[in-house]
Amino acid sequence: MGVLEIAKGMGVTLGKLFTKPVTVSYPETPARLQPRYRGRHILTRHANGLEKCIGCSLCAAACPAYAIYVEAAENTPTNTLSAGERHASVYEINMLRCIFCGMCEEACPTGAVILGNEFEMADYKTRDMVYGKEDMIVGVEGSKPQRREAAKNTKPVKRGFVVTPRREVEEAINANKNRSSSVATIPGSGVGVKPNLELNEVKR
Amino acid sequence: MLTDILLTLLKAVGVVLGLLTTFAYMTLIERRLLARFQIRAGPNRVGPLGLLQPVADAIKSIFKEDLVVTAADKIIFWLAPFIAITMALSAFGAIPAGPAGSLFGQDPWVFNLDIGLLFILATTSMGVYGIFLAGWSSGSKYPLFGGLRSSAQIISYELGQGLSVLGLLMLTGTMNLVGIVNWQAEHGILILFQGVAFVTFVISSFAETNRTPFDLPEAEQELVAGYLTEYSSIKWALFQMAEYVNMITASAVISTLFMGGFKGPAFLGETIANIPFIWLFAKIALWLFIFIWVRATLPRMRYDKLQQFGWKFLFPVALMNTLATAAYKAFLPNSSLWYLGIFSVLVVIAMIVFSGSRDWQKVDVKTRAVAGD
Repeated sequence: MGVLEIAKGMGVTLGKLFTKPVTVSYPETPARLQPRYRGRHILTRHANGLEKCIGCSLCAAACPAYAIYVEAAENTPTNTLSAGERHASVYEINMLRCIFCGMCEEACPTGAVILGNEFEMADYKTRDMVYGKEDMIVGVEGSKPQRREAAKNTKPVKRGFVVTPRREVEEAINANKNRSSSVATIPGSGVGVKPNLELNEVKR
Repeated sequence: MLTDILLTLLKAVGVVLGLLTTFAYMTLIERRLLARFQIRAGPNRVGPLGLLQPVADAIKSIFKEDLVVTAADKIIFWLAPFIAITMALSAFGAIPAGPAGSLFGQDPWVFNLDIGLLFILATTSMGVYGIFLAGWSSGSKYPLFGGLRSSAQIISYELGQGLSVLGLLMLTGTMNLVGIVNWQAEHGILILFQGVAFVTFVISSFAETNRTPFDLPEAEQELVAGYLTEYSSIKWALFQMAEYVNMITASAVISTLFMGGFKGPAFLGETIANIPFIWLFAKIALWLFIFIWVRATLPRMRYDKLQQFGWKFLFPVALMNTLATAAYKAFLPNSSLWYLGIFSVLVVIAMIVFSGSRDWQKVDVKTRAVAGD
């Protein structure tokens, strides 16, 4: 290696000194996620407002980290939450155990659980890292600590990232926004069911 | 007499405080600059622009657990960082920062020895005892390797360094640093007349301060952290301190010997050129930047190549420069210094041209077949 080559190398590094750093100052400037980024799960609904989850526990069986716990209950004419015979009365995912591999999404026969893009879930208590149905149902924005913070300051949830969601996530969110507020019907049953619009109506 | 001693003490404390503050902020500046060289942002979280990072680092390193290995030689293990930092700090006292009497009527240096340059060379090379003893007393093998490498490297490069200043001393006729600066103010800066010596001196300064591309004593891939491996807490910080102070001293010595020292450029007029501190500080800052720039660019040398470079290139080139200067003084005693300048420029150009093709790069290592090959 001659002096000229060394000088060339020094020139390259000096040039880089005057370029803008590529570092993303994350909390101040939002992180730009890839569409396929796998974050917190979303529990989706049908267009008529019924939950897609039928409480089959296949996600829990597929989960390599044993992070999912599902308890199923029968749908009754007075309490019809899902489009199937049963619904999940308890649906919990331990976010500390979850490795965000997406196997639950692949295992789900109804497309009820999909992985969204949210990742800012750092919290203080272990118990708070177990996310229930009310924390993951489509339409909920932000993680538990973020929503707690927002409720305290009476401000909207502030997310630290921007993303163009992948097709499945976008469809689920749009379907939830656009679903008819009128009384939905369960196909084939003819029974009119009022969709669960409020989160706190979700039975535990 | 007493006031003299008090004043000298005051100046010494000032120099030490200044050096340690510079060290603290050098770590930050170096990290920020290295980050920018690598298109990163660098540490910017502690305080505005990360300016309190050195404070945080200091608190952290003081309160860390201070481990001493059971096999270590306790006394020397303790002593080594102090030797390193003491030698590093005391060398800087000889650097003149301005013309005589320019610091509120006082001289802006701590001591002014007739053998100033010799003193600096001696003290900075005493610093290697810190590193070597640290390696020896750690009681584990990688520190020992690091220490040995360090002493072998410094001995090899000290030859080149010592020889490259010989020509300069022949021209100036004094070892007194103020005298050398004044000579340069009168005749022109020595980088012009001693270009070859300048090149060899700068290269060996990099080796003396254990900086990239000569930071073999700390080569992570081979030696974990070299002589620093078993050190933690404040003793580790003292070694870091010594390394950075050595770097500052090396920058100051290069500026003083070859770039006119505390004098500003002559065309700005005598008053501006005589302003104390700022010219020396500007030159030191430039050299510190170059130290960081080189670290950001060059990879580490292989150890045999490092020795080969020191013995087969730096040493003979510095020796030839000494001989050339001596010949000039002997045979052309009253001619213009510019002959020497033209000569050294030509030699430097020749070195640059031939650097890519010389045979000394080829390593002729006798290999023998390993069993089974």
